[in-house]
Amino acid sequence: MSAQGRQNVVPYGEFIINKIFNKISEELFMENGITGQAFIYGCSAIGAGLALIAGIGPGVGQGIAAGYGASAVGRNPGAKSDITSTMLLGQAVAETTGLYGLVVAIILMFVKPFNM
Amino acid sequence: MGLFLAGNELAESFMIRGVYKLPFQFLGSEVWITTTAISSWIITLMILIFGIVVGGKFRKAEEIPTGLQNFIEMAIEALNGMADSILGSNRNRFINYIGTLFIFILTCNLSGFIGMRAPTADYGVTFCLGVFTFAIVQFQGIKNHGVGHFTGLFQPLPVLFPINLIGEFANPISISLRLFANLLSGVIMLGLWYGMLPILGRIAIPSFLHAYLDLFSGCIQTYVFCMLTMVYVNDKL
Repeated sequence: MSAQGRQNVVPYGEFIINKIFNKISEELFMENGITGQAFIYGCSAIGAGLALIAGIGPGVGQGIAAGYGASAVGRNPGAKSDITSTMLLGQAVAETTGLYGLVVAIILMFVKPFNM
Repeated sequence: MGLFLAGNELAESFMIRGVYKLPFQFLGSEVWITTTAISSWIITLMILIFGIVVGGKFRKAEEIPTGLQNFIEMAIEALNGMADSILGSNRNRFINYIGTLFIFILTCNLSGFIGMRAPTADYGVTFCLGVFTFAIVQFQGIKNHGVGHFTGLFQPLPVLFPINLIGEFANPISISLRLFANLLSGVIMLGLWYGMLPILGRIAIPSFLHAYLDLFSGCIQTYVFCMLTMVYVNDKL
């Protein structure tokens, strides 16, 4: 065969292989992608899960405060009710930042602010 | 009726439902009567009837209290002690508002036991309570310090003005969000549990959740709300 004839065959071969590949992928995956709205809902769900990482802070902080409260009661058992009410007040205030994360997650999941 | 939590659709069982649409508009948006409004009317009626009954009992008060009079006197002494420890000598100026706030929020938080969706689990209610606190604090600041209330925002260094300003606004937002989020998480947890259990299983099994989420959490949150209101007011006195 001449060199010129072989150059005409190669691009036609590429064209056939591309066509076969597209047909196979079209049969394996039903769509070519997902809609924009579904993608936004999916990312909102991931964001809602990530927002609750804010729960680590109050967990650690309130545990440490409870430890100090328990040792204070051990040192001075007569002041138990004063120490308990002070500790509960402090823990309820420290819980707030964890709850901010929960509110963000609830807004993302139920109020759905990114509706298109 | 829209007041009761048990429903078949999971997400709808902890949303607020609108019961009746009023025929007028307010600033361009629709006005509905929701389950929150009906719950707070019922709670107000309950507190009113309780107050009238107790007032009638106290007209024939005895020297040595027994029964209901004893309980009410213990409650009043506890409230007065709570206000004394923060406000000191100014207690009598604020004890009316703080006492009303305490009774209202406590009854709202505990209304989960009666089957209602708590009114304070709706941010509209707690936001208004936070706005009341904000108004009282700012009014006391302007009344007692005059113009110094505003120049106090520049006080240690003028550079700190944005931080001080945000701190002034963060107080009512944080107390209202704390109350709202605690109760909303309780409503969602109970909604999930009630949705999961069969009809006969809903009778006694979720009681431990009610005990922690409604009773314990509700009482602590009312205590914290009232204490923080008094602390913020005391800063401006």
